[in-house]
Amino acid sequence: MLKKRKNMLDDLDKRILRYLQNDPESSVAKLAEEAATTPSVVSRRLASLQESGYVLGYELVLDWSALGFEVQVSLRVTLDKTEPSAFNDFLREARKIKEVLEIQTFLGMVDVRLSVVARDMEHYQQVYRDFILVLPHISDIEALMHISTIKMDRRLPI
Amino acid sequence: MLSLLDTKILKKLSLEPKLTTSALANSLSTSQPVIWRRIKRLESIGIIKGKRLLLNQELLGFGVKVFLGIKLATKGVISLEDFERAASAIPEVQSIEHVLGLYDYRLRVVSRDIADFERVLRRRIMTLPGVGQVEANVLLSEEVLQGPI
Repeated sequence: MLKKRKNMLDDLDKRILRYLQNDPESSVAKLAEEAATTPSVVSRRLASLQESGYVLGYELVLDWSALGFEVQVSLRVTLDKTEPSAFNDFLREARKIKEVLEIQTFLGMVDVRLSVVARDMEHYQQVYRDFILVLPHISDIEALMHISTIKMDRRLPI
Repeated sequence: MLSLLDTKILKKLSLEPKLTTSALANSLSTSQPVIWRRIKRLESIGIIKGKRLLLNQELLGFGVKVFLGIKLATKGVISLEDFERAASAIPEVQSIEHVLGLYDYRLRVVSRDIADFERVLRRRIMTLPGVGQVEANVLLSEEVLQGPI
């Protein structure tokens, strides 16, 4: 018989995902306790959730200002869309810049957003001039300087 | 401030956050207690903030992610605080950043579909205290890079 996961999560799956979201470093034993089941059931469910693509993995969360990168800038880029390869060329080159932490693409007023960190304003100027402004097919670029994070909670209301 | 070993640990962990201390010790040819102490120190000085579970948001029914640029109509300490408090209480708002530039705030909003997003935008966002101009951009893709470690 073909073993295929139905595209629906049951209550137990949801409970496990909720607890794991709250505490990604939780052990299987602790998850089992929280979800009121056994460790072997949790292990099986976790393996299945990963296999079916619900759980993609884990991400290390770093504090860049604690690492000495005091300046954080969000660069909103509009590309020259008359050039068919604009997106691919731009993204390929942007990935090579060490100071770029995040690349997002959008549907809207902005095409691409780069999240850039730098040690100080002087370093930022240098990164901006030497690496960002030379990226291909930029038609407009606009900067938002990060002042503070008010809320950062990426958990989903599962 | 960071030793070469610290940097190597951070690099390895940022690529593979679930690496065990013994695997790290093996690949960096040192001992497990050394690695353990280094990681604890990186955590205590605030460099490692923790780990985040990455879920497939589309499969879980949260298919629409939108970034909002918000400009306040009136400024002043009171209105900033009111806005921040009210916006933080919206469950669909995953992040709020105070920024300097064209907008005052940058919000990440997650919703089930476009209709759901419209509901959040009209009932929750547009009614926030002091809210002025709002720009919405729908997220198509995102990738997180290793950064300058």
